[in-house]
Amino acid sequence: MSWRRFLQRDRWDRERAMEIASYLEAETAENLARGMTPAEAAAAAHRKFGNPLLIREEIYLMNSVGWLDSAWQDLRYAARVLRLSPGFAAVAILSLALGIGANTAIFQLLDSVRLRSLPVPHPEELAEVRIVGGNRGMGVSDGRYAQLTMPLWQAIQARQQGFSSMFAWSQDDLRIGHGAESRPANGIVVSGDFFKALSVYPWRGRLLSQEDVDGPCPAGTGHAVVSYGYWQTVMGGREPSPDTKIEIYGDPYEVVGVTPPGFFGVAVGESFDVALPFCRPSEYRRDHFNIAVMGRLRPGWTLNQASTQLDSISPGIFADTTPVGYSSNWAETFRKFRLAAYPGASGVSWLRQTYDSSLWLLLSITGLVLLIACANLANLMLARASVRQQEISVRLAIGASRGRIMRQLLSESALLASVGAALGVALSWILSRVLVGALSTEGDVVYLPVETDWRVLLFAAAVAGLTCVVFGVVPAIRATRTEPMAAMSGGRSSTARRERFSLQRVLVVSQIAISLVLLAGAFLFVRSFYNLAFFDPGMRKAGIAVAFLGFQQSRIPEERRADFKRELVEEVQTTPGVLNAASTTNVPLLGASWTHGVDIEGKKGDSKFTWVSPSYFETMGIPRLSGRGFDRNDTASSAHVAIVNETFVRRYLGAMNPIGKTMRTVAEPDYPSTVYEIIGVIPDTRYADLRHDTPPMAFAPDTQYPKQRPWTAIMVYSSLPAPAVSAAVKQRIAEKHPEVITEVIDFDARIKDGMLRERLMAILSGFFGVLAALLAIAGMYGVIAYIVTRRQREIGIRVAVGARRGQVVGMIMREAGILLVLGVVVGAALALAAARAATSLLFGLEPYDPLTLGGACALLAAVAALAAYVPSLRASRLDPMDTLRCE
Amino acid sequence: MGRKRNAAGETEFLQGTLDLLILQTLAPGPAHGHTIAHVIEHRSEDILQVEHGSLYPALHRLEDRGWIASFWGTSENNRKARYYRLTATGRKQLSVETSRWDRIVRAVNRVLRPAED
Repeated sequence: MSWRRFLQRDRWDRERAMEIASYLEAETAENLARGMTPAEAAAAAHRKFGNPLLIREEIYLMNSVGWLDSAWQDLRYAARVLRLSPGFAAVAILSLALGIGANTAIFQLLDSVRLRSLPVPHPEELAEVRIVGGNRGMGVSDGRYAQLTMPLWQAIQARQQGFSSMFAWSQDDLRIGHGAESRPANGIVVSGDFFKALSVYPWRGRLLSQEDVDGPCPAGTGHAVVSYGYWQTVMGGREPSPDTKIEIYGDPYEVVGVTPPGFFGVAVGESFDVALPFCRPSEYRRDHFNIAVMGRLRPGWTLNQASTQLDSISPGIFADTTPVGYSSNWAETFRKFRLAAYPGASGVSWLRQTYDSSLWLLLSITGLVLLIACANLANLMLARASVRQQEISVRLAIGASRGRIMRQLLSESALLASVGAALGVALSWILSRVLVGALSTEGDVVYLPVETDWRVLLFAAAVAGLTCVVFGVVPAIRATRTEPMAAMSGGRSSTARRERFSLQRVLVVSQIAISLVLLAGAFLFVRSFYNLAFFDPGMRKAGIAVAFLGFQQSRIPEERRADFKRELVEEVQTTPGVLNAASTTNVPLLGASWTHGVDIEGKKGDSKFTWVSPSYFETMGIPRLSGRGFDRNDTASSAHVAIVNETFVRRYLGAMNPIGKTMRTVAEPDYPSTVYEIIGVIPDTRYADLRHDTPPMAFAPDTQYPKQRPWTAIMVYSSLPAPAVSAAVKQRIAEKHPEVITEVIDFDARIKDGMLRERLMAILSGFFGVLAALLAIAGMYGVIAYIVTRRQREIGIRVAVGARRGQVVGMIMREAGILLVLGVVVGAALALAAARAATSLLFGLEPYDPLTLGGACALLAAVAALAAYVPSLRASRLDPMDTLRCE
Repeated sequence: MGRKRNAAGETEFLQGTLDLLILQTLAPGPAHGHTIAHVIEHRSEDILQVEHGSLYPALHRLEDRGWIASFWGTSENNRKARYYRLTATGRKQLSVETSRWDRIVRAVNRVLRPAED
């Protein structure tokens, strides 16, 4: 037979039926012609032909595949059986879909953040070159991925041997367009071999190469390449020509080409709009760590060999590139740095660093949810199997083979599993996109192509298959093992044997235990987020906006910049609705940090340094504990003064009166060693990150900033809503200084964005915790209800001989209580062990926080007890006559 | 695959015979089921009396093997009927089967009536 016929056998059967009809017609006609009556003629024709139905069936079977047919039959039967109990089917399919969907979604995220290689040819040859242990906070680090300085890069290029090609790159926030109409864009700045080494080919035009990189800064050679996305959305996908120009910070660039779709650079989770070539500055800063270096290993070289070679050339390289202007200690530290090569196949990723442990934790959480869902299903299936024992016994008795019945029960689970898995995959598709969307904030747009690839599908299929086996086979084996006679005669009348429930009891206990772990985890993360969200950083957050003002195009000479900044601050201060404003060199709580080595009365250490205008402390609502604040008499030429925080005083001055003490900063390029007199003390406030302990901090007057730059951040305190203050400040600056580029962000909103990880963990773990608890409650309810059903007769007799309601309830609740106590004890132990894995993700509480664990235990115990109480109450209301009559 | 498993060798023998008869009937030209049944019945002078219906599984089998092909046509008295015709492989098969049959008949005859040889 052919598959074509198999698939079309119904059509084929209809053909045969027509053919047989045509035979009968012809035969009847002949018989009529021989003179029979119509009835006789038809009867004779049928006699001659035989049984048409049998003939058709014979042909139909010739077109069939035996096992496939019975499998189909099993499936159809299974579907019919499941339709009879829609509640069971819905609970089973939904919990499976949620379990599988959540697992697949988290795995997909993990896969695209962590496991997947860069979409370039031979990504396994890529390696990243970094300083072992990082630069220890030396110099200026610029950007998330910045590891090395330009002079280091040049030295490495000249002396390395392990790489056939190398490239360096950095990220840059660009503004594209003219003046106030310019828009922010993500830029990458790349060395000449960037695209060549990555083997990326142009989509249009050409990509940047060695000839593009030698122009003088800032505009370089004025060549640029745009990403496919930018080209499509902003440039309208027009063919690039020599006239295709974009303006970046006032300089015109020619767009020479477009990168192919799907190429996002080497930072996973981020994308770029424009790629610019490196430019040649007037001098290469040796303390400016602003680039990342990667390379392609030379054929035959391993990562280790390349690393060893880099290590051997390190002393020479660092000796030749030591920054000048540093203290001898710092210079010595620098000269001892070592280079090494690290795997670069999956690029670099800030997203990976931030969310790696969260994602693994979430994956284990969703794994546990799936486990509970499976246990629940197994329980449901077990209960069903025992209820259907009589049916199965009858089947066995009239000759069904054990294998046939197993297959039928398995088909039911297979059907549930595959429907659940299909729904789960659909759910994961939605869920992973929602999650990627949730990872993006205003300041950080996450670009993460999440595709359902075969690995993820395989993963889901394996999970579904495993589920199917777990909850399908066990009840099936148990169901067929019973002796038909025993089951049929004893069926419901005996008091149920204890042994029969043991597996269900184990399942319920483990369900309660695991859901307690998840619930406790959810409580931890929710409380952690709550702690963080309501944590008082010691300064004002609400009503604060940060205005970033760039006045490069005002062409203010350096010595006039301090005055110009003061003018800008005054403009902002007098804007309607603004209550106060102050400039600062470092915006707190948003990740930025500035450190100097200090020497305080002989004690050496370091301190954070921020140069602010006099109104800073009032603007930020920071009180002064002692001494005086800054005022207009603190100028560039007056004595250098500083205000320090309590931690500074505690660490460096102890019980001494800090006022009047002096500190000397350690020399750094552009920051010569300076003596500051401490004139005031403020309480501790958080510095770069809410989560981190307060470091020693020093503030100095903005006018005494050693290196005045053509930009500033202004903290704005206002009574206006965020969008209004942004518009008002922008308008005021544009009126007075149209050439100044202004960007305003909502301070509080940005701080909240920084809590994204905690918020996501709280929401997701909360969701899964509640889900797990619901499943456990359903399991508890199911098992107690089942026990009640099985012991109906026993309960009936007890009631008949005088047991009171309370006694019946007590009897059932005792059963439930044992399960509950066991589950909670095991769960609490597990939760304690598991919480340790989450330590690094928690804020403001310990992983073994007794209140959290106790609360989770109490909540779960209460609802589970309630779930058990309902069926036990029903048991006590049984009419003994009814139950006994049933038999 | 899908062939009905007959226990008795006799049926197998008869089945092979029926196939041969059908192929032979179709040798002169296409015919529909009703005609084939009657032709076989008449040619055998009513000795091979089988239910005409049993012809159809045989036709299906032969078509499945590609020895005959079928098409819908109009019968001599203007009725729709399914016609069968011999394919090239079928024609080859007919000669193979015929000579095999001849050999068997000769062999059986030699056993049954040794004196006549």
